[in-house]
Amino acid sequence: MSSVEMDKMTAKELVTDQEVRWCPGCGDYSILKQVQTVIPELGLKRENIVFISGIGCSSRFPYYMETFGMHSIHGRATAIASGLKATRPDLSVWIVTGDGDSLSIGGNHLIHLLRRNFDVNILLFNNEIYGLTKGQYSPTSPEGLVTKSTPAGSLDHPFNPLALCMGADATFVARTMDRDPIHLRELLKRAHAHKGTSLLEIYQNCNVFNDGAFEVFTEKATKKVNTLFVAHDKPLVFGQNLEKGIILDGWTPRLVNVADHSINDLWIHDEKDRLKASILVRFFDDSKHTDALPRPFGVFYQENRNTYEDQMSAQVAEAIKSKGKGNLDELLSGRSTWKIS
Amino acid sequence: MEKTETKQNVVILFAGDSGDGIQLIGAQFTNTNALFGNDVSTFPNFPAEIRAPQGTIPGVSGFQLHFGSVALFTPGDICDVLVVMNAAALKTDLKNLKKGGTIIVNTGGFGPQNLKLANYPVEVNPLLDHSLDQYRVIEIDVTKLTKKALEGSGLGTKEIDRSKNMFVLGFIYWMYNRSLANTIDFIERKFRTQPEFIESNIKILKAGYNYGDITETPMTRYEVKAAPMPKGTYRSITGNHATAMGLISAANKAGLTLFYGSYPITPASDILHELAKHKNFGVKTFQAEDEIAAVTSAIGAAFGGSLGVTASSGPGIALKTEAIGLALMLELPLVICNVQRGGPSTGLPTKTEQADLLQAVYGRNGEAPVPVIAAYSPSDCFYTVYEACRIAIEHMTPVFFLSDGFIANGSEPWQFPHAENLEKINVKYAHNELKEGEKFLPYKRNEKMTRPWAIPGTKGLEHRIGGLEKENETGNISYDPDNHEFMVKLRAARVEKIADFIPLQTIDQGKDKGKLLVIGWGSTYGAIKTAVREALAEEVEVSHIHIKYLNPLPKNIGAILENFEQILIPEMNNGQLIKIIREKFLVDAKGLNKIKGMPFTAGEIKRKISDIINVK
Ligand code: SF4
Repeated sequence: MSSVEMDKMTAKELVTDQEVRWCPGCGDYSILKQVQTVIPELGLKRENIVFISGIGCSSRFPYYMETFGMHSIHGRATAIASGLKATRPDLSVWIVTGDGDSLSIGGNHLIHLLRRNFDVNILLFNNEIYGLTKGQYSPTSPEGLVTKSTPAGSLDHPFNPLALCMGADATFVARTMDRDPIHLRELLKRAHAHKGTSLLEIYQNCNVFNDGAFEVFTEKATKKVNTLFVAHDKPLVFGQNLEKGIILDGWTPRLVNVADHSINDLWIHDEKDRLKASILVRFFDDSKHTDALPRPFGVFYQENRNTYEDQMSAQVAEAIKSKGKGNLDELLSGRSTWKIS
Repeated sequence: MEKTETKQNVVILFAGDSGDGIQLIGAQFTNTNALFGNDVSTFPNFPAEIRAPQGTIPGVSGFQLHFGSVALFTPGDICDVLVVMNAAALKTDLKNLKKGGTIIVNTGGFGPQNLKLANYPVEVNPLLDHSLDQYRVIEIDVTKLTKKALEGSGLGTKEIDRSKNMFVLGFIYWMYNRSLANTIDFIERKFRTQPEFIESNIKILKAGYNYGDITETPMTRYEVKAAPMPKGTYRSITGNHATAMGLISAANKAGLTLFYGSYPITPASDILHELAKHKNFGVKTFQAEDEIAAVTSAIGAAFGGSLGVTASSGPGIALKTEAIGLALMLELPLVICNVQRGGPSTGLPTKTEQADLLQAVYGRNGEAPVPVIAAYSPSDCFYTVYEACRIAIEHMTPVFFLSDGFIANGSEPWQFPHAENLEKINVKYAHNELKEGEKFLPYKRNEKMTRPWAIPGTKGLEHRIGGLEKENETGNISYDPDNHEFMVKLRAARVEKIADFIPLQTIDQGKDKGKLLVIGWGSTYGAIKTAVREALAEEVEVSHIHIKYLNPLPKNIGAILENFEQILIPEMNNGQLIKIIREKFLVDAKGLNKIKGMPFTAGEIKRKISDIINVK
């Protein structure tokens, strides 16, 4: 038995003594459970794990994880994690954030974290609403949503979070949902396995202020016809009996019946293809439309790019190699001094 | 024809277009004088725009240098010599020249176009209309002489024109009998990779020097002897460089990685530039996407066990405010440097002010006390920021370090310390010393009321911290009313406790009791010191204390105040320290306030001292 296995933590050991305070039925419970289930399987030491959150319902998350954690201020978890990872590349850093936290008040830090590519995992709980402040529309709420702050319907055009992340040159872009534990666990593992910033959007139901926002994707009756689960090297097919597929007509995706086409005509998913991933994340139709493209889930894009912290450490190492380890007395005296005697 | 006169001290102001290389020749003349053994004090005065339209008044850049054979504490109240590269510079800075002073004029900068850009009325040329009769004017056509000297050098017109500052510098070296060696060495280093510029610049420098010898106009040369400075080895230092070095030194002595998160802003950016050069000390500099990310990334680094530092100026500090409150709640070490500039809002980016003291002491939501300390001179930035790091680390708290544009860019000779003599900084990461079944308490405190720094990676000390109100010791979220009151008072007591670990206030000059006590803080030190010194020489009963520790105040301030009949607090703001002193000690302190984006002159403070003493 290897020592890692001997030390292996259990999901139970990741549970804190804090009472979990989300509303009963909130999608956050399922996500917490899957995270606590997956983490022991990642070969990490508990003391090397850090969860950092901002503000919002989801941001209570660190208090429920028996690891190191910080519940910070609104929108800044991404920036705090950047400084931590820059100085402690040895840690496994997880950011828990919501659609308001990361796309509204913290939007700036999110895009900059993505382009810098620190090796951290972002779990973006998207519930298309502000929950903690009791139900205002969020930057992902659909146009026209009636909320307390938009009695006549919201005027804001919503963000497509993953298209935004692709635009910021994220190196790992994926989507899953609270109601599909198996897929959620699989994608948590994929996010962890990726070296670089992993952006995992998780559709999360806020049953108090925005119940059913994703039900067409999550409920049995409608899930199969409205969702598309992608896998690397596999054709894009979906539907009750996987009878529907997507072909790429030039740069335009088209819905087809699988029966009418050879399997080779279908769009074969390639996680490494940035251009195609950019089209895939733009499958964002309102599912009410009859010819709507299905909402895709899975890993859309993965790229290996140097991480910021590795390059930062390399610059330090290079400076030490070329100039020698810093000598304080030389620094203090500088290059030109004079003596008074 | 030349004669030599001896001067005790000289104030010289170089002024010209921002593209004229004024700052460079100012710095060169400063270093050469310092190397020679003079005491020096400088005041660079930048235009607001990087490249304002050439030749205009907004484009004028100035560099004032005070050097002498006596101890100096300010860049000088009024100039003895004014060097102007163009008409706009004369128009801008003539008011800073004393009656009978010397003006060295580049006549090449007084063509019709220059005069127009400087807003002189049509047909008016100050060089011809006798308006300068009360000064000694030395006219040199630097533009033309430079061109002539570089004829056939193969350099373009632009490059030739850019060399004219070297001609002026050479001439000044002749006038004050200074060696060219230091500047030649500088030129050789600067243009290592462009040898054609080495030759041309040295040629012009020498041409300027020789001009003094060969010109037929009778000229006076001056002798300014070395100052009786304390024995030792010196270097020249600006406040921003001293700040960068203080941070590196503190991290080094504490054995921590220095993480510096910052966003470019005038006048703090030079700290970032300087730190970025010293990666071989393990320094990690991070140019963040904004001021908020700059401070929060530093908080993240501090959580991980590094020395987290962020710096900015007023507007940037305003943006960092919420995060500073977080650091205070988390009780993590964090140093926030504010190189103050004129405010409010964007204010006067290139001008100096001390208007962020109340922001530092009080400016956060909720009751969020933060220790505040301020540097009083360029070299003092080193010691003060070092002390800020010590307090942050040893007391687990964010600490404000205040500097300002005046000392950040100003320079002075510095008898730098040896690394081994720097005060130790004690860092204690928490270890797992828990007994079986015992829970780790992240907010359990020691005798300094300081919680343990338990960094990720320490087995068994996993814990959560956050910005919500917490229960003492456990750190658990708590909305209990009594707990909140307890915690607010505890956080205040934590800062007050620091007073046990800082030096008592000393009296800088004068007796420990008397008629008038002048209280200063920050960069007004030199002006107050000079004014009080002069007043003491006239047997005025005045004393000077300069407060570095602004929050908490040294414990003996109250006792000192009791021994004086009157209190004067000069500040480059509309009255901020005065509010704190009045509130804490219920004394009738008087203010002297200058809010012009410019430092005090010693004369202004001296006059106020005389007014107060004479009314009595
Ligand atoms: S408000 Fe919504 S998101 Fe927040 S805990 Fe309740 S159900 Fe969950």
